[in-house]
Formats: sequence, structure tokens, C-alpha cells
Amino acid sequence: MTTIELRGVTKDYRVRDGMRGSTLRAVDDVSLVLEPGRTIALVGQSGSGKSTIAKMLLQLERPTAGEILLDGKPVPRGRRGRHAYRGQVQMVFQDPFASLNPYHTIGHHIARPIQLHHPRLSRAEVTERVHDLLRRVRLHPAATFAERRPHELSGGQRQRAAIARALAPSPGILVADEPVSMLDVSIRLGVLNLLGDLQRQEDLGVLYITHDLATARHFSDEILVMYKGVIVERGPADDVILNPKHEYTRLLAAAAPNPERRLAELSS
Amino acid sequence: MTAPTTDRARGAAPTGPVVLTIDDVSVDYLVDEPVHAVRNVSLELARGEVLGLAGESGCGKSTLAYAVTRLLKPPALVTGGRIEFHSREGYAVDLTAIRGEDLRQFRWDKVAMVFQGAMNSLNPVINVQAQLEDVFSTHRPEMKKAERRRRAGELLERVGVDRARLKAFPHELSGGMRQRVMIAMALALEPQVLIMDEPTTALDVVVQREILDEITRLRDELGFAVVFITHDLPLLLEISDRIAVMKEGRIVELADARTLYTRPQHEYTRTLLSSFPSLTGERGAFVRTGVDTTVPGPAAGRSTEEPDQGPDHDPDEHEEADA
Repeated sequence: MTTIELRGVTKDYRVRDGMRGSTLRAVDDVSLVLEPGRTIALVGQSGSGKSTIAKMLLQLERPTAGEILLDGKPVPRGRRGRHAYRGQVQMVFQDPFASLNPYHTIGHHIARPIQLHHPRLSRAEVTERVHDLLRRVRLHPAATFAERRPHELSGGQRQRAAIARALAPSPGILVADEPVSMLDVSIRLGVLNLLGDLQRQEDLGVLYITHDLATARHFSDEILVMYKGVIVERGPADDVILNPKHEYTRLLAAAAPNPERRLAELSS
Repeated sequence: MTAPTTDRARGAAPTGPVVLTIDDVSVDYLVDEPVHAVRNVSLELARGEVLGLAGESGCGKSTLAYAVTRLLKPPALVTGGRIEFHSREGYAVDLTAIRGEDLRQFRWDKVAMVFQGAMNSLNPVINVQAQLEDVFSTHRPEMKKAERRRRAGELLERVGVDRARLKAFPHELSGGMRQRVMIAMALALEPQVLIMDEPTTALDVVVQREILDEITRLRDELGFAVVFITHDLPLLLEISDRIAVMKEGRIVELADARTLYTRPQHEYTRTLLSSFPSLTGERGAFVRTGVDTTVPGPAAGRSTEEPDQGPDHDPDEHEEADA
């Protein structure tokens, strides 16, 4: 059971412009709570600060102001603290073609985090876990897939391997940054449904970062809409999409392709 | 390739005079085991219409576009079929036979293309003005320098970019603006057919919407026909007059947008349609399947739909659409 909380988190970047410098506020006073079994979707345009939040959640960036609390306690500084933290918070990246090392087998990708986070396991136990994870992301037969290298897998299979890798340390929180936008449309739902299944089995808290409002609505419990670093609207998924309050949410909803709207136009 | 009897009712035939005829075209990649990328495709493009070409990576949609623009290089080979362009002026050009200087003059003048990843197809070390003027100096050598300059500025304004950006280099422009420059370049010679290969894939939804509106407006203004290639079926449903669905090199279904959406016939079209959850309506296929309905979990705040409700495209169900 892991809960993670962002409390009033702000991130400034220094931007250099010739001799002068200025500050860019990428994330402005954002608070959110990721709880076991719940999915929060973070939606917004490119440059709205979504990925900066993901980076701070993973301790790849440190907030300028505000706190990140893991189970109510601030994230410990120093290597050991970060190591323990990363056992709890894992990430699925956007591009499965770039996030897996072409030199390593799929099995290696998954075994490494298991070894790092569970150093007492014997080699046979690690292998058993690798195969178990591969079966759970439906890469059958597991032993064969463990031997393969990324280029021998399709995009969807790679992303499932990346999900298995993220689950290897048995985290409580999963950050998925556009996990299906690089995949072919007909397999997207399969991967999202797989993520949903795994979430229920593991009681994971998931942050789903996307600019696709439709999947955000169906895949998550709560939606946060982000614009220029600020959360402009938040609420239960259906409320935010069906009754958007904020101007910007309406703009996003209107921009998304919507065949039903066209159909209504053609009929009238 | 086509369903025999119902074609007319389903809006599969073009509605006006035809500008491009693709007849039984096949393209192979002659590698160790030859790949049949395009198999016996026949299509007709009407003047001024937007034809959507939908399909997933590797289905042959880009190969088909490259065959039409004669951009295929070995090992690709057009193994059969006929591609004919019918000009506004009333003559026809056989695109499979044209070559040399004729081909050079024909390209871009009559059929232009906006490439996939257009954001990266601008030359990074030459400014936008030089790249736009290049089209004129190649195709309209008689044009004076001042005239070229004026036209380049007009083109930019036509796609909604300030004329002052003529001196900008591609890296100084945002993704959406680079895409607009590419569209301006494709429109430079007022082609009669514009082929757009995934023109908005790398852009975010808001910019994508602006570009789509721009394309629709320009089409109404200039009357060119568009072949719009993408895997994003909801997007096609919104902007296309007719849609062809391609799979494994064949066109498996061709119908007008409305028919395709409300009465898809091919299994694959249904799969594609159900791959996109609807934004506002209740589309049964996409639910977080297996949401634990027996135990009220922490996620029970959201109502869960029936998990076994099949894909459903009945428009009457979407009464809450666009409230």
C-alpha cells in the first residue's frame, strides 16, 4: 500500500536568453494524491508541464517549492533513500522503441530491477519472477520472450515488456507517460486494459499522462487538466469531460476529433 | 476488391468529376521474400473531395501515396495497374508512363504532397523564404524575383503564418508553424491533388485542430482534392467525404464517412472503430473490463458499465454528445 502526495509543488527552470536569464515556471503550485487502486489522468497540451510532474514524481527533478510525500513522509535525500523510493515508484515511458536497450534481452531488462531491489533472491528465483512477470503481461511463452531482444518484438509487445520491467521491483505507484500514443490504434486498448488489469491485481496507484481526452475519461477515476503549469480543472472523469467548467477544458474537448459531432452536422 | 451490389447506396462511388484514377495498382518490394505492399487497389478521387485513407503501420497506405507521386525507389516496384490524372483543363496524364522532364514538371504542379514527419522535412540551414521561392524558381523559371518574393509572402499568410516569419529558419518555428510552412509549400503551384501523409501525427490536439480547420478552409477556397492518410479514424470521420480502409495492402472497405461510421461492413473496420473510445458517448467496447463490481473497491466512485456490451455505433445512443 503506497500513497504519494504532491503538496503545493512548484518547479522553475532557468532559461538563458543571450546575456540575460529568466525563469520559466513549468509547474505552479500543484497538489495531488495518488492512492492504491485509483487512476488519475493528467491531460494538457504539449508544454503544459505534465512531464515535469512525472519527472519530479520519479525524483529525476527536484521541486523548487512544495513537498512530495511518500506515505506521509518526505522523500529521503541521499542514495539509499532514493533507491528505496524508486522501488515504490516506477514509470512506463512513451516510446517502447527507445526505452528498451537493443543490446539486452527482454529477460535482462526485467531481471535487473528485480536483482537491484531484491538482492537476496537466488538466480533461479529471479528467473522465475521474470517469467512470471512476462506471463502476467501476456507474453507467452515467457521463456522464449525472455531470450529475445527488443527488435524481435512488435511495438505492442515491447510496451508490454516495458510494463513488466516497471512492475519488476513491485512498486505501489506507476507513472505512465503517454503509454500508448506510439502504438497502432488496434492494440492501444489492449495495452490500456492490460494496465487496468494489473492495477487491480496489484492495487497500484496510477498516474496516466496523456493528451487523449477520450482514453483519459474511460481509463481513469479522476482527471486533472493542466494548462501552463497550473491545474485549471479537476474532478471525477465523467464530470470533467461531459460538463467542463474551465475554458481550457472546453477548448481541449472541442479540439479532440469527435465523429458524433460530424454525424450530427451531416444529419441536420 | 469491392463489395458488389451495395456500393452506390453506401456512397462508395465518387460524386463528381474524377481527378485521379487508381486502377488495379499493385506494388511489391523486391527483397529476399518479395513483400506485396499494395495489392490490386482501385480508387477514384473526385475533384475537390477529401478522401481518407485509414490503416495501421505497414498496411501499404504510404506506399500507395508514393506510387501516385512516383516517388518509389527500388526495391519497390509498381507491378501492375494504371494511375491516371485528369487535369482540370481536360487532358489526362498516365502517371505510370510519364518520365524524365515531363515527370519533373508534372510533380508538385498538379499533384503535391505533405510528407509524414513534415516537421523534419524542411532544410534546417536555409530560411523559409528561400525554400518557398525555390518551388517557383524550379517550376516557374520565367517568374521575376520580386514576384517570387511576393508570392512566398502570400503563401505564408494563406496558411496563417505572419509574413514577417519569411526570414525565419525552421528551428525558430514551432511544430505547428513548420507544418503550416510545409502545407504552404505544397500549395505553392495550386495543385489539383494534395496528398497528406499523417500531416498532424506529431502535433498535440489543439494545434492539430487548427491545422485541420486550415486545410478544410483552403480546400473550400482553392478546390483541390485531398487524400488524407492517417490511422486516426475519428479524425478521418470528421474531415473526409469518403473513407477507404486499408489492410495488408488491400482496400477492405470504401464508403462515405457517415455510412462507414454507422454501418461498417468489414470486420476490420469494426475493430478499428471500436479501438477508439468515444469522448462523450457511452461506447460499450471500451470499459475498464473486469472492474471489480463484486467488491466495492476504492475505485467504486465511478459507475461501471456493462462489460459485455458489444461495440455499438448507433448514433441514437449518443444523445449527450456535444451538450
